[in-house]
Amino acid sequence: MQSSEILPHLFRNEYTKIVSVLCKHIGFERLEIAEEIASETFLTATETWGIKGNPQNPTAWLYSVAKNKAKNYLQRNSIFQNKILPELTKAQSEPLESEIDLSPENIYDSQLRMMFAVCHPSISSEAQVGLSLRILCGFGIEEIADAFLTNKETINKRLFRAKEKLREEKTLIQLPEPEEIEDRLDSVLSTIYLLFNEGYYSISQNKTLRKDLCLEAIRLCSMLVENKITDKPQVYALLSLMCFHTSRFEARQDDNGEQILYQDQDKNLWNYDLIAKGEIFLNKAANGTKLTKYHLEAGIAYWHTQKEDTKEKWENILQLYNRLLQLQYSPIAALNRTYALSKANGKEEAILEAEKLDLKENHFYFALLGELYSDIDNTKSLENFRKALSLAKTSHDKTSIQKKIDQYPK
Amino acid sequence: MDEYLILMRLDLITKEAQPSPEQMQIYMKMYQDWVGGIAAQNKFVGGTGLSTEGKVIKSGQIITDGPFAETKESIAGFITIKAKNFEEAATIAKECPILRGEGNSVEVRKIVGTDNTR
Repeated sequence: MQSSEILPHLFRNEYTKIVSVLCKHIGFERLEIAEEIASETFLTATETWGIKGNPQNPTAWLYSVAKNKAKNYLQRNSIFQNKILPELTKAQSEPLESEIDLSPENIYDSQLRMMFAVCHPSISSEAQVGLSLRILCGFGIEEIADAFLTNKETINKRLFRAKEKLREEKTLIQLPEPEEIEDRLDSVLSTIYLLFNEGYYSISQNKTLRKDLCLEAIRLCSMLVENKITDKPQVYALLSLMCFHTSRFEARQDDNGEQILYQDQDKNLWNYDLIAKGEIFLNKAANGTKLTKYHLEAGIAYWHTQKEDTKEKWENILQLYNRLLQLQYSPIAALNRTYALSKANGKEEAILEAEKLDLKENHFYFALLGELYSDIDNTKSLENFRKALSLAKTSHDKTSIQKKIDQYPK
Repeated sequence: MDEYLILMRLDLITKEAQPSPEQMQIYMKMYQDWVGGIAAQNKFVGGTGLSTEGKVIKSGQIITDGPFAETKESIAGFITIKAKNFEEAATIAKECPILRGEGNSVEVRKIVGTDNTR
């Protein structure tokens, strides 16, 4: 790899590790300093490597420069030495003079702790996702802004405020106490879930960025199952859900960026390794008695990896949606449930049920009715597709509904 | 929206009235589809099935096994739903699949005293 290619790659992987380790060492109050040291390390790398060429072991090079910069910072900072140090040594189990430890174990441990720190309930879920992207996944501000379909200033402000808040709250970089773990784990999982959904469902055009978001969410969740304190069934369920979804990532969109409906997807493009992994994780999720929405959604996603349209498949999907909706209502789940109902119990029953849904502003609702009425009452089917078209907002949605309308003779 | 309780009454004791495992499976599906439909309208609040055995305590501290001694209609389960008025709650309750069994009944009661302005 050329130095021009290797640095962005290293940045994504190593920046977050350096920040997490430094933060664990010098405390969350100095998150910005940790970020600065990490950034400076990369700046130094750009300058030095540009002149001297890439070092033999770029990662080790980065770690030793980061260590030196951190040491210099600690030594220079006299206020720190005299005023904060006595305070810190009380709170911190590790003495500060100790070597900054960039071993794989400590990197893993620091990132895991960091995950709980940035998913602190005192900040909004949007901010949790943003900070996770920045500090744990190494995304640039611009990329985060892209993912959220907003601008850099908004993201900068949001992250700044979130960091301030975490500082005020004196958030510690450590795993929660055992009795607290379930609650705190909930917010970590919902952050990972939001991160994943941002990648999987967002209408942003950048396909590579979107897939990166999904893979990062999977990586963070994998870190949780590798630890005995956090490897709970619901974590496995979320991980399995994300594996099943991601397995179909390449099949969901054509070269023009247009969505391909599930029934039209080329299953040769599905990733069967991920499906197999998803199945292993789903089995592990079956331990224990707690049934979460992740379990139900993972079950639904599992059945979607079975391409055959069997009675059993749709009956299972329907029952999983029945339970999911009892746990937590969402309009999309209500629509998907109605589709599963048409497959399991027949279109007539599904039409009756669909008409009870109060989703008359939603273009997916009319697209579903158009689908249900096709071959039963084509006039009504066309009517509903037209309503859907008039409500659709994005050009992608409009194109796919127009295609349905074009199927009918003029 | 107000909250309403739907109580489902079944004959849980007469042997002939008890469904076979296969029938039970069909009934459970019908029941789940019904509740799923309520939840899909965002009108499900909570609820569950109940065990068939029970204890009844009467005045004078007399405890008997089960609520079935004098009646064939026992509460088999309940759910609470959101509805605009009694009429809507009754319309939803009318579709409860247990009503397909003869002698079964459901009872709709408004839950009073809760703040439903949210």
